[in-house]
Amino acid sequence: MRIAILSDIHANREAFDAVLEVVEKQAADQLVLLGDLVGYGPDPVYVVEKAADLVEAGALCIMGNHDEAAASGRSGMTENARIAIEWTRERLARVHLDFLGKLPLSLRSEDRLYVHASAERWKKWAYIRDVDAAQRSLSSSDARFIFCGHTHIPAIYYALPGSRPVHFQPLSNVAAPLSKLRRHLVIVGAVGQPRDGNPAACFALLDTERREVTMVRVPYDHEETARKIRASGLPGWLGMRLKIGR
Amino acid sequence: MQKVEAGASIDGFELVERLQSGRMAALWRARNPKFDFPLLLKIPFLDPGGDVSVILGFEAEELILKRLSGPHVPRFAASGGLAKVPYIAMEFVAGVGLAELTNRAPQPPDEVARIGAEIAKALAALHRQKVVHLDLKPENIILAERGAVLLDFGLARHAELPDLLGEESSVPMGTAAYMSPEQVLGERSDPASDVFALGCILYQLATGEEPFGRPATFAGMKRRLYHAPKPPRDIDTAIPRWLEAVILRCMEVDRSKRYAEATHVLSDLRNPDQVVVARKRAPSNERPWVAIRNLFRRTDERSLVGKPASSTVRAGPPIVLAAVDLANGSDALAGEVLNETARILAARADSWLACVTVLKTEIVGNTPSVDESGRLVYLQRLVALKDWARPLHLPEDRISYHVLEAVSPADAILNYAEHNDVGHIVVGARSSSAIRRHLGSVSTKVVARALCSVSVVRLKAIEEQRRLPS
Repeated sequence: MRIAILSDIHANREAFDAVLEVVEKQAADQLVLLGDLVGYGPDPVYVVEKAADLVEAGALCIMGNHDEAAASGRSGMTENARIAIEWTRERLARVHLDFLGKLPLSLRSEDRLYVHASAERWKKWAYIRDVDAAQRSLSSSDARFIFCGHTHIPAIYYALPGSRPVHFQPLSNVAAPLSKLRRHLVIVGAVGQPRDGNPAACFALLDTERREVTMVRVPYDHEETARKIRASGLPGWLGMRLKIGR
Repeated sequence: MQKVEAGASIDGFELVERLQSGRMAALWRARNPKFDFPLLLKIPFLDPGGDVSVILGFEAEELILKRLSGPHVPRFAASGGLAKVPYIAMEFVAGVGLAELTNRAPQPPDEVARIGAEIAKALAALHRQKVVHLDLKPENIILAERGAVLLDFGLARHAELPDLLGEESSVPMGTAAYMSPEQVLGERSDPASDVFALGCILYQLATGEEPFGRPATFAGMKRRLYHAPKPPRDIDTAIPRWLEAVILRCMEVDRSKRYAEATHVLSDLRNPDQVVVARKRAPSNERPWVAIRNLFRRTDERSLVGKPASSTVRAGPPIVLAAVDLANGSDALAGEVLNETARILAARADSWLACVTVLKTEIVGNTPSVDESGRLVYLQRLVALKDWARPLHLPEDRISYHVLEAVSPADAILNYAEHNDVGHIVVGARSSSAIRRHLGSVSTKVVARALCSVSVVRLKAIEEQRRLPS
């Protein structure tokens, strides 16, 4: 089975559409949206409605911290993120906020666990930026594969029982192996706001038969997204960072 | 866990006969009607609480072998996980184990060069697939009819995959007798490490001695950073100087002096006359002084092994073949072929140029160089070829000259390129003529059949001349 996993879309319509086009071409068997549909970007209504359609058609979707903040109005975020959430809440209708508010915090499918930030205390939205954080996350679940987003930087941690996980930074568009002997924590890059220095949108394509996961990069018209961000009065840095992928 | 014995069946593989096995895994001849090649099953010894390196090696081999292809590795068939019986099923390769030959070393120099070229060719093919073997030794090489086949990828490293083995271990991994100095220091990513091991194997084949013995301690293995082995000709003066030069260049501690690529070793072993032999070897009585001086200098050990060769390798092709037509002297097209060649060579400081010109013979078997006048033509062409390349100002260890006698220039160029693992061909194309259109030009045939990149050089001016009324 081939599963396309999309994380951190962040109301970026251009990136979302470009990625969905590739997902369709790849004929993936399943689609997973790994949270943070909204926040930062200029098209929250479009992205939420599209996500709702996809869920209707069988896609899995979980909640991210920006989705929670938009739905609840609570936010303990950085200034740019907070401003963007307030801006987003003004544009979303009740039905959109309800959709976001009712998303599950995690989903389990066979030996795979999907969670936005970390398997360790879901609502703390912890960042997995090093081996220690990865180890804590892995020890909080017995799933063979944990998929998260949240950091916007692709990574794979390979864990053997009894030893520290090994970090690997997967190459763009090169299939990374998944071991028969290990458990894995896969951090999917961001669709709507990549931060690994490559501005192209990123999603993960998992092939369960071949035991491989590929970080697929999809270039999209980020100039247009940045233009919309400027035109809508969102902080200018949110458009700037799309150009440099940081 | 399922019983492993003759007659047992694992995932459709029927175990036939247990072969001589190593410390890490049992080897079985196996049968499975699903595969049309002879099979071997490798079943690692995974005891609970046993050596974790067995698991890591099994994992690394499975990861890498199934991504490799070509005649120089066994074909991958299937693998099984820990749930039942862990195994890797692969092609059983028939041939002569290199260990049989090293056991009977010294071998005659011609034989050493021939075997070395086979191994270098296999290494070049492996390195092209982004894999470094890191445990090259006679036990892991089979000389099969189709060439050398490399076995056991348990310590290997793929440049684009996680190095799970290296990350889990802090001790140097490899076989003490053949391990490169940078591997001793824990580096696991440089194809030049395999070139070093190849040098050790050639040393052993040529002299009958292992260059560093088999040290069991870390300090013992590190000696190779400071102490050069005895030069092969100190052991046997019958070893030709050129072969000694090739062996010692493979075994340079500093990677900026070592062959950066197996392809270069292959080319030198196949063309002994192009190997530059140092005019003066350091007399052996100077060596203790060098060793003592190094001892007191105690520079950073990492600086001794130099930078990895991989950065050089990415810069450009290792061997460039420039095919130039000098039948009518050096003309404008020959000049343009030279310019293009210079641009390609500039990409890489250690690239190496084979200048080729073809002396056309009319009939097969007629070699003009055998009679006096033929010999003269041959020499004239060689002089012209050297004169053509002179403006490049390449040092003699970066250039060689070949006047090939052949009925078909394209075939001669293609054969040379394939035989020497050339990375890029530069060839000129003349303007179209009726005869050329009928027979097909040399450059067209070279482009169509070459196994590497080809630059076709054409003169722009000729385009315009053609439009002039004749």
